[in-house]
Amino acid sequence: MNIKKTLVVIGNGMVGQHFLANLVASPANEDYEIVTFCEEPRPAYDRVHLSAFFSGKTAEDLSLVEPGFFEQHGITIYMGDKAVKICRESKTVVSEKGITIRYDKLVLATGSFPFVPPVPGHDRAQCLVYRTIEDLEAMAAAAKNGKVGVVVGGGLLGLEAAKALQDLGLKTHVVEFAPRLMAVQLDEAGGAMLRRKIENLGVTVHTGKNTSLITDGDQCVNKMCFADGEELETDIVLFSAGIRPRDDIARDCALDVGPRGGIVINNQCLTSDPDIYAIGECALWNGMIYGLVAPGYAMARTVVAELAGHTASFTGADMSTKLKLMGVDVASIGDAHAKTPGALVYTYQNGDSEVYKRLVVSEDKKQLLGAVLVGEASGYGTLLQYCLNGIELPENPDALILPSRSDEPVVLGPDALPMSAQICSCFDVTKGAVCLAIEAGCTTIDALKSATKASTGCGGCSALLKSVMNSELAKQGFEVNTDICEHFSYTRQDLSNLVRVEEIKTFTGLLEKHGKGRGCEICKPAVGSILASYWNDFVLKTEHLGLQDTNDNFLANMQKDGTYSVVPRIAGGEISPDMLIALGMVGKKYNLYTKITGGQRVDLFGARVDQLPPIWKELIDAGFESGHAYGKSLRTVKSCVGSNWCRYGLDDSVGLAIELENRYKGLRSPHKIKFAVSGCTRECAEAQSKDVGIIATESGWNLYVCGNGGMKPRHGDLFATSLDKETLIKYIDRFLSFYVRTADRLQRTSVWIENMEGGLDYLKSVVIDDKLEVCEQLEQQMQLVIDTYQCEWLTTINDESKLKRFRHFINSDQPDDQVVFVEERGQIRPADENEQKHFKIMEVA
Amino acid sequence: MSRWQEVCTIDDLQPDSGICALIEGQQVALFYMPKEAAVYALNNYDPFGGANVLSRGLIGDIKGQPVVSSPLYKQHFNLETGVCLEDETVTIPAYPVRIENGSVQVRITHA
Ligand SMILES: Cc1cc2nc3c(=O)[nH]c(=O)nc-3n(C[C@H](O)[C@H](O)[C@H](O)COP(=O)(O)OP(=O)(O)OC[C@H]3O[C@@H](n4cnc5c(N)ncnc54)[C@H](O)[C@@H]3O)c2cc1C
Ligand code: SF4
Ligand code: SF4
Repeated sequence: MNIKKTLVVIGNGMVGQHFLANLVASPANEDYEIVTFCEEPRPAYDRVHLSAFFSGKTAEDLSLVEPGFFEQHGITIYMGDKAVKICRESKTVVSEKGITIRYDKLVLATGSFPFVPPVPGHDRAQCLVYRTIEDLEAMAAAAKNGKVGVVVGGGLLGLEAAKALQDLGLKTHVVEFAPRLMAVQLDEAGGAMLRRKIENLGVTVHTGKNTSLITDGDQCVNKMCFADGEELETDIVLFSAGIRPRDDIARDCALDVGPRGGIVINNQCLTSDPDIYAIGECALWNGMIYGLVAPGYAMARTVVAELAGHTASFTGADMSTKLKLMGVDVASIGDAHAKTPGALVYTYQNGDSEVYKRLVVSEDKKQLLGAVLVGEASGYGTLLQYCLNGIELPENPDALILPSRSDEPVVLGPDALPMSAQICSCFDVTKGAVCLAIEAGCTTIDALKSATKASTGCGGCSALLKSVMNSELAKQGFEVNTDICEHFSYTRQDLSNLVRVEEIKTFTGLLEKHGKGRGCEICKPAVGSILASYWNDFVLKTEHLGLQDTNDNFLANMQKDGTYSVVPRIAGGEISPDMLIALGMVGKKYNLYTKITGGQRVDLFGARVDQLPPIWKELIDAGFESGHAYGKSLRTVKSCVGSNWCRYGLDDSVGLAIELENRYKGLRSPHKIKFAVSGCTRECAEAQSKDVGIIATESGWNLYVCGNGGMKPRHGDLFATSLDKETLIKYIDRFLSFYVRTADRLQRTSVWIENMEGGLDYLKSVVIDDKLEVCEQLEQQMQLVIDTYQCEWLTTINDESKLKRFRHFINSDQPDDQVVFVEERGQIRPADENEQKHFKIMEVA
Repeated sequence: MSRWQEVCTIDDLQPDSGICALIEGQQVALFYMPKEAAVYALNNYDPFGGANVLSRGLIGDIKGQPVVSSPLYKQHFNLETGVCLEDETVTIPAYPVRIENGSVQVRITHA
């Protein structure tokens, strides 16, 4: 029998847990009995997203450990017990609670602790740090009775902590010793821009400040005194002045540590003892402590590989970062400070929109050495690829940071990337791995996602993944043309931009300028829809008529036998008995098949083309208007009965539904759009399965977007909560206009968002934070559509020249003799083929 | 036997679109492309959908051939020959058509 060796892991933090998870999935698992010491009262949790604790995430939500993980894999975990001593001679570890374990291999994953400068008074009440869940609980408790909070340290973490203090309702200050914020990552101008943005958000920033004493305050619990004589009263002092590796236990057993701390490791992550490894923030590799989680994970994987008998090495990690600090995008890549000899620097600064970008380029202008982005970081992915993979820069590198004319960020062609390029950073998927999966038969994004896991994390790489897939498929001879059709070498989004920017008003105009040939059933309706979205001309105007798809062409829905169905608008599904009777009378008079639709209105089937105008005349006289059921446009706003009648109702869902339906009726879009409004979370209107769903809550309206029922159901994403009606409508205006601008032809919102680079967060940043600075335009675009609304049927029946088309024959009043109905369940339906033959014979006879 | 029949005037045609005429009991779809000064005539019956609807299809060109696309299931038919682009074994009747002094004339050839 194989006798297992014992492996002890000290520390169950992010890296320790990543190590365990990788180990149990590796063959080395067979060889070891695993024991781990966890000082904290709970197993590993996501420290990176620690701040989410304040926005409602619980400790369980943040946990990185699957329930039952330790039991299932036979791992012994000593929870809330700290390892206090290592004896290398006897190869044992002793814990605070007195447990002694003999080890064969030992892994140190003790992480780091926040550095607190030894200022007199640093240990006073409400002087806190920001590292563990307990720290956050202490902060929340202190904030309850406080008014002011100061963060000492203006680095990444400090700014994140400042956001937390501000969210807790405190007047917040940041005190930084260095002359600028984020001194490690940003240059002076970038730091200044960041400072401006953060001060605009209501945080006071003090740079070049040296704290000399913390003592009793007059109005607040504490008072900070600075070397320059100034003072600042505050209830909470939060230290975020850097981290120090937790290397005590290694020092005590005489392992090598660095002069400024950190357990020295080699490329195999071995310490000076060949049976002891160190990984994560406690480890010092090549004189470096990495304060980021990804390098720690790489170390963990290296040790697992070593234990499994493979050769592996950790050879450093990239420290590039991109993050959102208090809503401000900040990114830093490589040699941000241009320390490389001969490096050239390009900067772009837009004071207006508070964007700052800087590129550091090699002397020969061929390689990207580093970059800094503040305020706008959508180019991060591309720049990082240039930098990490040494890809040769374009002739004018500054094009990479100058604002591009379109809404799209500059993207690096996928062919330029080497096989080793990392496509998905969440799951460390390389281009090579993606290509292998494509060769193995994955030809769709969905297939690639499930095969490689790429793009299933934050989703930030989805656009890159798609372009790699397209280019690889093209190489393998698959047709992957993104052109809308043979007449235009553009996507729908391109065409939409051309129409808008060049103010093109007709299909012919667009075709002459940007297309070729005569058009087809793909591009004509697509352009017809774009023109209608922007300029909202009457769709049956002579120059637009030939563009309209089957249903738009006669403003009714063609059915299988060539007859049409008619759907008048019943906003919000609310209809008076009189209107219902009027509708019934029309159905009866023209002998139409009548059915209630899923969108809470009535569909009348079996109208011949020549019957459409008289039917509509009667409907309009009775007070109805077009329901646009024929268009790729807003269909219905479904509603539950809401607070007027329902005993659970929190708000008037019907009233809002009617208002919204009337606001957006007639809007032409890449595909049909459905809304619903529910009066409470019981959700009787099924709003979460709609493109736009709204649910009333105690504190206002919750907005969901991009849901879908139908063929491929998708649950809507919660977009914003507790909105008043004005804000709600503003967001919907922007959301719809942005969809109209950027979606592909016949792309529902659900698919649109799935394919959007950056996904929901990006959409929010555009619609809520106005990151692209287009919200004003988007609102104007919607306002134009609203202002120019017309009932297309009213316009049609009032225009003799338009009515001429509504006959089956141009030269005869006869109807189509092929349209034959039979009766079923007391109503008409089209005769099937057999029944038709029967009829013909009867007629002849 | 066949002869040219006057069907309607050029003003009755819909630019870049279709209309339907009844000629000797046949449903004929007439398509008009003013830029090319071209008129085409095809039988109105869509053999795939089994309905008289082709005059209501969108017209344009595919690889240089003038076509109409069925409003029901989107097959394309060559406007000059009636051949279906998706399935060349299917052809619908195409008729000679001309414009004389503003009047549209079609010649129905009986098979
Ligand atoms: C608020 C915040 C935001 C962050 N944001 C980011 C970010 O955006 N991106 C990024 O890459 N990184 C970020 N980090 C850093 C990231 O969290 C760390 O790099 C990561 O947690 C390091 O993992 P680790 O396992 O080495 O250390 P830790 O996660 O600290 O785990 C070490 C564990 O070991 C325990 N321990 C220590 N000594 C002993 C002992 N003797 N016996 C038993 N247990 C012991 C500790 O209690 C701790 O639980 C952030 C950190 C914080 C605090
Ligand atoms: S969603 Fe709520 S308010 Fe609306 S009908 Fe259902 S229970 Fe009533
Ligand atoms: S579900 Fe299918 S069959 Fe039913 S109406 Fe929709 S398209 Fe037609």
